[in-house]
Amino acid sequence: MAQTSSGRLAGLRRLLTPTFVIGAGLVIVITLFGLIAPFFVADPLAVDNAGMHGPTAQNVLGTTQTGQDVLAQLAWATRGSLMVGVIVAVLALFLSAFFGILGGYLGGWLDEVFSLFTNVVLILPGLPLMIVIGSYVQQRGLLLISIILAITSWAAAARVLRSQTLSIRNRDYVQAARIAGEKAHRIIAVEILPNLLPVMSSGFVFALITAILGEAGLSFIGIGVVGTQTWGSMLFYAQNGQALTLGAWWWFVPPGLMIALLGCGLSLINFSIDGIINPRLRTAPKQVKKAEKAEQVDKADDSAEQEEVMA
Amino acid sequence: MSDPALSTTLEEDRRGGGSSELGEPVLTVENLNVVYEVESPVHAVQDAAFSLRRGEILGLAGESGCGKTTLAYGLNQLHRPPARITSGSVTFHDRDGGDVDVLALEGESLRAFRWSKVAMVFQGAMNSLNPVLSIRTQLGDVFTTHRPHMDAAERLSRSKELLDLVGVDPSRINAYAHELSGGMRQRVMIAMALALDPQLMIMDEPTTALDVVVQREILQEILRLRQELGFAVIFITHDLPMLLEISDRIAVMRKGRIVEIDTAENLYFEPRDPYTRKLLGSFPSLTGEAGDFVRAGFDTEEGR
Amino acid sequence: MSTLVVKDLTKTYLLRDGLRFSRLEAVKSVDFELTPGRTVALVGQSGSGKSTIAKLIAQLETPTSGTITLNGKPVGRRGRALAAYRDEVQMVFQDPFASLNPFHSIGHHLERPLLLHGKATKADVREKALALLERVNLSPAESFIDRKPHELSGGQRQRVAIARALAPEPSVLVADEPVSMLDVSVRLGVLNLLATLQREENLALLYITHDLATARHFSDEILVMYRGDVVEQGPSDDVILNPQAEFTKQLLVAAPEPGTNPRFLAEATRRGVPMPDHLAALEETT
Repeated sequence: MAQTSSGRLAGLRRLLTPTFVIGAGLVIVITLFGLIAPFFVADPLAVDNAGMHGPTAQNVLGTTQTGQDVLAQLAWATRGSLMVGVIVAVLALFLSAFFGILGGYLGGWLDEVFSLFTNVVLILPGLPLMIVIGSYVQQRGLLLISIILAITSWAAAARVLRSQTLSIRNRDYVQAARIAGEKAHRIIAVEILPNLLPVMSSGFVFALITAILGEAGLSFIGIGVVGTQTWGSMLFYAQNGQALTLGAWWWFVPPGLMIALLGCGLSLINFSIDGIINPRLRTAPKQVKKAEKAEQVDKADDSAEQEEVMA
Repeated sequence: MSDPALSTTLEEDRRGGGSSELGEPVLTVENLNVVYEVESPVHAVQDAAFSLRRGEILGLAGESGCGKTTLAYGLNQLHRPPARITSGSVTFHDRDGGDVDVLALEGESLRAFRWSKVAMVFQGAMNSLNPVLSIRTQLGDVFTTHRPHMDAAERLSRSKELLDLVGVDPSRINAYAHELSGGMRQRVMIAMALALDPQLMIMDEPTTALDVVVQREILQEILRLRQELGFAVIFITHDLPMLLEISDRIAVMRKGRIVEIDTAENLYFEPRDPYTRKLLGSFPSLTGEAGDFVRAGFDTEEGR
Repeated sequence: MSTLVVKDLTKTYLLRDGLRFSRLEAVKSVDFELTPGRTVALVGQSGSGKSTIAKLIAQLETPTSGTITLNGKPVGRRGRALAAYRDEVQMVFQDPFASLNPFHSIGHHLERPLLLHGKATKADVREKALALLERVNLSPAESFIDRKPHELSGGQRQRVAIARALAPEPSVLVADEPVSMLDVSVRLGVLNLLATLQREENLALLYITHDLATARHFSDEILVMYRGDVVEQGPSDDVILNPQAEFTKQLLVAAPEPGTNPRFLAEATRRGVPMPDHLAALEETT
C-alpha cells in the first residue's frame, strides 16, 4: 500500500506547479467569499436614503443608486454566479460523458445517432439561442438559466471525450479486459473512465468558466436570472443606474474584477491540467532553457580559460 | 542455408567495397560525452571513442536506452536539448584532405556539412516523406537547396539516376509516398541521403520496421552501393546477427559506454565482454541443433 | 483438457475508399488444431493475417465464415457460453506497454480475472495474485503487486501479462508476438517462462511470431502464413530444415544467420575452431 500512496503523492506533486497554486488560490478565496460572506453582510436588497456614495466605514464598498450595500450585493452575487457555474458544469459534464463516452465505446448505430445529435447541438449558435429562450420564458429562475447554459455548452466536450474513448477502446488493455470477461459497464467505469479523468476535469473547468461568463452576459443584457443576485445582474443594474457616467467605480469594478479573477484562476488550473495530460507542453521549454544555460556556463568557462591563456 | 546463391551475393558485396582504401580514416571520435540535462542529468554517452575508415561498415549494437542513437545524433550535432555534448571531439577527414572539427560547426556550414558530407537515414524514415509532394519534387528540393547552380533538367536526370541506383524504377519518379511500399520508400530515403555523394552514412535502424525479406534486399542494396560509391557506414541496430553479417567492425554499447569494439569475426568467435556474450546468446540459431530449448537455470533475467 | 479446432476460418474486411468498397481477405480458409501440451507456431510477416487469427480465437473479432470448436462444441459468442469460453481460452498481447492499464496497479490486473472466473474469493484474492506473480518469477511478489505498470520494465510487464492470462486457469493460450517489443536480452527469458508454464500446465499454446528461429526451437509444429493463406504446415524441424513452399524458403534465406554464413565458416576453418554456440556458452557461465 505504501507504494500506491507514494505513487499518488508523486502525481499530486506533479500537479503542484506555481501556475496551479496561484490559480487554485484565487478560486479558493473567491469560493470561500461566496460561501461565508453572505452570512455576515447586511441585507443586499435593503434600500437606504444614502444612495450612490463611495466607500465609507459603514459601507465598505459604497452603495448603489438606491442605497443598497455593494459589499452585501457582491457577497450574494458571488454565491449566485458560482452556483450557476457549478450547476452548468456538472450538467455539461454529465451530458458530454453520456453522449461522448457511451457512443464512443459502444459504437455502431448508437454512436452514429449520438454523434449526429452532438454535432447538431454543437452548431446551434449559443448566445442567440439563449436570448430566444431567455426572452420567451418569463420565470427565469437560476435552474432554468443553468439548464439553458448547459444545453448549449456540452457538445464540444462530448466530441473530445468521444475521440479519446475511441482511441482508448482499441488499446490492448481494454481488449485484455474483454478477454478477461469484464462486462461493458465495468470496462467503461474502471478501465476507460480513469484514463479520461484529466480530459474530463479540464472540460469541467472550461464549462465552469464559460457558464459564469455566459450567465454574466445574459444578465448584462437583461435576460439573466431573475430573483437571484449574480455578478452579471450587478453589472446590469450598475449600467442601468449609469454608474459609469457618474464615475461610481465602486459599483461596477468589484463584480467585473471578480469575473476576471475567477476566470483567470480557472484558466491557470486548466493550464496545469493540460500540463499533466501532455507533459511535453510543461517541460519542453524548461529543458531547452536548462540545456542552453549549461551551454553558456560552459562557454563562459572556456572563454575564461582562454583569457587566462592570453594573459 | 537453402539458397547459397543469395547469401554469397551478400558475402561478395560485403567483401568488396572500399577495402582497397581501408586504412585511411574518415571520422575520428574522441572521448565524446553526451548528457541529458534533466532534473537528474543522465550521462547518455560516456567517453565514446572510435575511428572509422573510408568505406568501412561499423555496426553499433545495443538495446533500447543504451545511448546508441544519442551517440549517432551527437556525431552530426543533430541532438536536441536537453541533450548536450559536454566534452570530446568529432573530426571528419574530408576526401579532399582537410579536417573538419564537426562540433565547432554552426549555422550554414553545419547544414551544408550534414547532408553533403555525412548523411543520415532514420528509423522509420520511410514515413518521413512528405505525403503531398511527389518523389520528384522532394529529390529535386535537395539539389535546389544544396546545389543551386543545377538547372531543372540536370536535377531531373540526377534524381532518376539516384532512383536507379537504389533499385527503384526511375519511371516512378512522379509517384507519391502512399503509392510506394515500405521497402520502396526506404529506398527513396536512401536515394535522398545519397544525393550529395556523402562520405559517411549514419543509418539508425533503417530496416527495423520492414519485413525480413525486404530487409535483406535493402541490406544488399546498401552493401552494393557502399562498394560502388565507397562511403563509410555507421549502422545502428539491436539485431546483432544482422550486424555480424554486414559489418566490418562492431561496437557494442551498454548504458552509454562502448563495452567492446572489434572486428565482426573477433566479436563472434571471441567475445570478451560478458554483455556481448549475453547479446550473442540471445539469438538462438535457426539451423543449429534444435534440442532442448527450455534449459534449466537459464532464467537469468531481471525481476529478482 | 481441451482441444481447439479451427476449421476453414475466413475473415474478410470491407474497406471503404471514398465511395468505392473493396475487400481485404485477411485470413483465407485456415485449418489447424491446438492440442494440450503442444505448441503451434504461426509464422508470417506483418499483414499476413496472423494477428487476425489471434483476435478471432480470442473472440475480439467474429469470423466471416468457418468455425472454431472447443472440445467438439462450437464456441459461445455471448453471455454464459462466452464466459465459459473465456475460462478456457486466454491471450497474451504483443505490446506490454499497452496491454496494462496505466491507471491501475499490477494487483488489479490479476485480481479481476481471478474474481471474474471464480478462482478466488474476496478474502484470498490477494494471496492468489501473489502466487501468480511468483509463478511468473516476479519475486518477491509483495514488492510488485502494488506497483503501477510504468514502474516495471518491459520484460517484467510481459510477465504480468502472462500471469493475467493464466489467472482463469485456461487450457488454451494464444501468445501474439509476446517478445517482439522486448529488449533482445530479455526475450529468451520470457519465452522460456512461457515454455515452462506450457509444459507444467499442459497448455495448448499458439505462438504467433515473425521470428523463425524461436518458432523452431519453441514449438512442435509451424504454420507459415503469407497474405492470409497458410502456405506451409508441418513439424518444426521439417519446415525449417526442409522447407517446401517458395515463401518459406525466401524467409529462411533472408533471416540473418551468422552460423551458416560463409564468412564465419571460413573464419572457423582459418582459426581451426568449431562454430561457437553462444547460447550454451551463456548457460555455462550463469
